[in-house]
Amino acid sequence: MWAFIHKLGSPKWFYRISAKLQPWFWVAAAGLIVTGSLWGLAFAPADYQQGNSFRILYVHVPAAFLAQSIFVSMAIAGLVYMVWKIKVADMAAAVMAPLGAAMTFISLFSGAVWGVPTWGTWWMWDARLTSMLILLFLYLGVIALRGAFTSRDSASRAASVLAMVGVINIPIIKYSVDWWYTLHQPATFTITSRPAMPTEMWLPLLLMVLGFYSFFIALTLMRTRSEILRRESNKRWVRELVEEGQ
Amino acid sequence: MMAFDSFADFLAMGGHAPYVWSSWGITFLLLIVAVLHARFERRQLLTTLRRRVRREQARHQPVASQAPLNTAQGGGNHDPQA
Repeated sequence: MWAFIHKLGSPKWFYRISAKLQPWFWVAAAGLIVTGSLWGLAFAPADYQQGNSFRILYVHVPAAFLAQSIFVSMAIAGLVYMVWKIKVADMAAAVMAPLGAAMTFISLFSGAVWGVPTWGTWWMWDARLTSMLILLFLYLGVIALRGAFTSRDSASRAASVLAMVGVINIPIIKYSVDWWYTLHQPATFTITSRPAMPTEMWLPLLLMVLGFYSFFIALTLMRTRSEILRRESNKRWVRELVEEGQ
Repeated sequence: MMAFDSFADFLAMGGHAPYVWSSWGITFLLLIVAVLHARFERRQLLTTLRRRVRREQARHQPVASQAPLNTAQGGGNHDPQA
């Protein structure tokens, strides 16, 4: 186990193993997202209250899940980097941030658009919406902070600290619908009970969620590989790799 | 079982077309931009690294690097040291 983690921390080993894993996640992402989209858009029955506007759910929920999961991943990667000085963890954290920001934006945008026909307003300063907006600012903060230092080590440490502190916001987002009065409906999926919607509605959602997670993993592997080449460009194994033509 | 009777019905989304399609549109746009960006980033990086390796190889063979052919191969970025 420890040997495995140690090897995972070696950029050269990570570069090799990620090349093998990456295609599987791309295939899974494409398959799940295409199936889930067709199913959710054309085949799932319309909601008896919301009609067809409920189909926004199939992009809103996966994006919101990913927005939060990516921030947690970034915070964990930051912790791993700070404690064990594993550079690959920092590289992964760096490449994750823009996708996390994009996912937060998608969930806010689709939520606002969905709010118009459903709540009669596109924005309310309520707990769930506000804490998601804070998440977007945290992502932008992490990205800006990385760009603000000339020393890479300082930038990495500052971004790690902000991610680790900012992760406090995640349980606030999660429990905001229970702690405060809010327009937002409670969790769609919980571990303890079955979803409160028919199978033909939540199954495509499950596919979309899994597809978005696969997409995140595939993209992170791909971009971490680029980041490895960039930061390790003076290492002999990278030169040999380039000389060999790949 | 399709939830819509016709393709026009599907596009209309029961009157919710602007909401549904703008949300789905921005989502897929951003996913596609993310993939294209990652591909562009990787290709550009590999080009830069290849050029650098080539330039360093040229430096180790001063005779070859003085030939004008080599400058053309290196693409715009002429190294005054070579």
